[in-house]
Amino acid sequence: MRRYLPIIIVAIAIFLALPYLLPTYYLSLSTKILIFALFAMSLDLLIGYTGLASLGHAAFFGLGGYVVGLLVVRGQVSEWIAFPAGIILATALGALFAVLALRARGSYFLMITLALAQVVWGIAFGWRTLTGGDDGLPGVKRPTFFVSLADENSFYYFVLLMVGLSAWALFAIVRSPFGHALRGIRESETRMLALGYNVWLHQFAAFVISSAFAGLAGALFVYNTRFVSPDVLHVVRSAEVLIMVILGGVGTLLGPAIGAAVIILLEDFISSLTQRWLLILGIVYVVTTLFAPRGLVGLYKEHFSRNRKR
Amino acid sequence: MIWVIHTLNGVSFGILLFLLAAGLSLIYGLMKILNLTHGSYYLVGAYIGSTVIATTGSFILALIIAPLVVAVLGAVMERFFLRRFHLDELPQTLLTFGFLFIFADLSLWIWGGDPIMLPKPAMFSRSIDIGGLGYPTYRLLLIGVGLLVALILWWFQERTRVGAMLRAGVDDAEIARAMGIDVSLLFTLVFAVGALLAALGGVLGGPIIGAGPGTDFDVMLLAFVVVIIGGLGSLRGALVGGLVVGLLDNFGKIFFPEFALFTIFVPMAVILSFRPTGLFGRG
Amino acid sequence: MIALAVDNVTKSFGGVRALTGVTLSLNEGERLVLLGPNGAGKTTLFHSISGNIIASSGRISLFGEDITQLPPDARARLGLARTFQITNLFAQLTVLENILLAVCGAQQLTFKFVRPLSAYDDIQRCAQALLEEWNLADAGDQLVRNLSYGEQRQVEVVMALSGAPRILLLDEPTAGLSPAETLRVVEMVRKLPRNMTIVMIEHDMDVAFDVADRIAVMHQGRVIAEGDEAAIRGNKQVSDIYLGVE
Repeated sequence: MRRYLPIIIVAIAIFLALPYLLPTYYLSLSTKILIFALFAMSLDLLIGYTGLASLGHAAFFGLGGYVVGLLVVRGQVSEWIAFPAGIILATALGALFAVLALRARGSYFLMITLALAQVVWGIAFGWRTLTGGDDGLPGVKRPTFFVSLADENSFYYFVLLMVGLSAWALFAIVRSPFGHALRGIRESETRMLALGYNVWLHQFAAFVISSAFAGLAGALFVYNTRFVSPDVLHVVRSAEVLIMVILGGVGTLLGPAIGAAVIILLEDFISSLTQRWLLILGIVYVVTTLFAPRGLVGLYKEHFSRNRKR
Repeated sequence: MIWVIHTLNGVSFGILLFLLAAGLSLIYGLMKILNLTHGSYYLVGAYIGSTVIATTGSFILALIIAPLVVAVLGAVMERFFLRRFHLDELPQTLLTFGFLFIFADLSLWIWGGDPIMLPKPAMFSRSIDIGGLGYPTYRLLLIGVGLLVALILWWFQERTRVGAMLRAGVDDAEIARAMGIDVSLLFTLVFAVGALLAALGGVLGGPIIGAGPGTDFDVMLLAFVVVIIGGLGSLRGALVGGLVVGLLDNFGKIFFPEFALFTIFVPMAVILSFRPTGLFGRG
Repeated sequence: MIALAVDNVTKSFGGVRALTGVTLSLNEGERLVLLGPNGAGKTTLFHSISGNIIASSGRISLFGEDITQLPPDARARLGLARTFQITNLFAQLTVLENILLAVCGAQQLTFKFVRPLSAYDDIQRCAQALLEEWNLADAGDQLVRNLSYGEQRQVEVVMALSGAPRILLLDEPTAGLSPAETLRVVEMVRKLPRNMTIVMIEHDMDVAFDVADRIAVMHQGRVIAEGDEAAIRGNKQVSDIYLGVE
């Protein structure tokens, strides 16, 4: 880590200076990138480190967002309660999903995570009286945590702080004994059991931690757009965050953050040209799988890194 | 008597789900590929079917052409893309996921965003009298066709050499070749048949549930629930699971219209708790 | 002190009887070698003892404690360690990382989220010491999947030893090894502390008679003979099986 200190300092400086370097539209985009970077890193913990490929991660992201949206708009609840509530409930959903999905492995696990997430989406979509269904809930006011975060600059710094702290936590977790245990589980569950590890409990913990950060990202997302709709829970969302992880590089944490930036920027660029975002997304999937399965970080390591040690 | 009607509705929907799940199971059973594009095959099948009917007026032609076209699509997907990642689960999943979006967007582009409903074939657009209430003969046709397909698949699985292989879930190319089977051709064929079944479902289901943007996701979800309950790789599981989900979905919509999804979610959760590989699954 | 007691254990898979009425007992520090042709049930017995399979009937106890229904990790925490017939290591991790995980597992150091693993000096020292003791220090930074088969088998054994287990199950540790590598493994086993109880599955007769205090021969899911080297060599049933098979 010492080696990277200069780069980290420069990066932090740039992040801090961004509001003074970019016009509002691009600052807003940067906020969005930070939020999705967190979302992607949370999924990487599950996929890259624990080896559990989930296709329904948007469920936690979306629930975090919906709880905030519902409490603020329908319940007129203070953000001091709504914001933590979003994270807590997303975590609870993560625990529930884990209990159900961890009964299975492989393809069953994939299907179950997808099915469970779709059910959550279906509820948000169908329960019009509560969620407004397809129309969504507009009017989610920006929070005031000691200062008003209504303007883009303040909100950006808030998001930067939240994402920065979360990223720090995730990097710490990944380097900790727990993080190493997760990698071992990814490689061989039976071997870990033979070494005395309670594999299920580790996987459960990974799920819960992952969903907590995803929920945080979702809450930030809804505050950012001031709006929540079922789109935040849709399979397409799960697909977007998944390709961010794959494109960036599974199991690297930094990779998915970069992947998030790439996909968000690509989407922004594409949407100004054409409506065919889904088609492009699908093509990115196919191309990445065929030509860069280890993602951008993997490509970098293969071609540019002097140090070949993992 | 109304309950007979409701039950028939549930059964006919369940048979439709069986067609979907059977294709999914077939592909998984042999190649261990979880085909996320399956819902897309349904959708594209329905769309192509509607185009055929619009141009020729013939339901029969739609029933023949649409599944064949989709079968070719499936064959191409398997041969040129999935083949490269034999037994590597994540890349296969990602590829089929990617194609799901490609097909979704292309369909939107070609056929537009308005949901469609296929017209029923002239011969089956009437209703027959069941205990004083009229019941559409088309739904009875659906049940009939579905059972026929089930029979064909069952015969194939139980009575042929290739079927024996599928039953054993053999994915060892060596053994298969030793039995004189061209493995790569078999893989492509099986994938194509799976796609064909999904598209057949699309055409048959067209007059009842229609098709539009989002149908591919809805159908994929239902197929997954069927297979989770019934078990991957099992024909019996696909039939039983299909009927269970069809009936539950139907009665769920009657009793809890806003929470219809719960009626399939709860049994799915229950099955997961007691038999994670489904009622007849091989795990 | 009886370290391991297997009491009338039976295991059926559907209609197939893999183990029938297997009864074995080991004192602390004893070395037992399991011989028998392929399909005799040796690995199935191992799986039943380690918990990868749950016995259909019978009782297994470890130092007096009933472990028959316990999952594998619970048994490991009681001091049971094993190697696998098919090398079961963390392929994408380095040798050092493999050993670190074994050491952490043995010390139950796992739900720690804050400090990096590299900061736990005692764990790091322990792992390094193990690598040096078993001549793997040079390979520490290599990915396991880049090692030769023989080296991997070695790491497999060292992993099992990392927790100073009370009972060690070795499943064909010399299978597929060259004569020189086989000798190294035998020396490893000889070096092990005398209070460690060891059960070993072997095909190589010489290794078996070299290492064992006692030998048990299995055939078609049963133990058909048990005793020291002389008793086994003189057993007619045993030679029938081996002559018949080979």
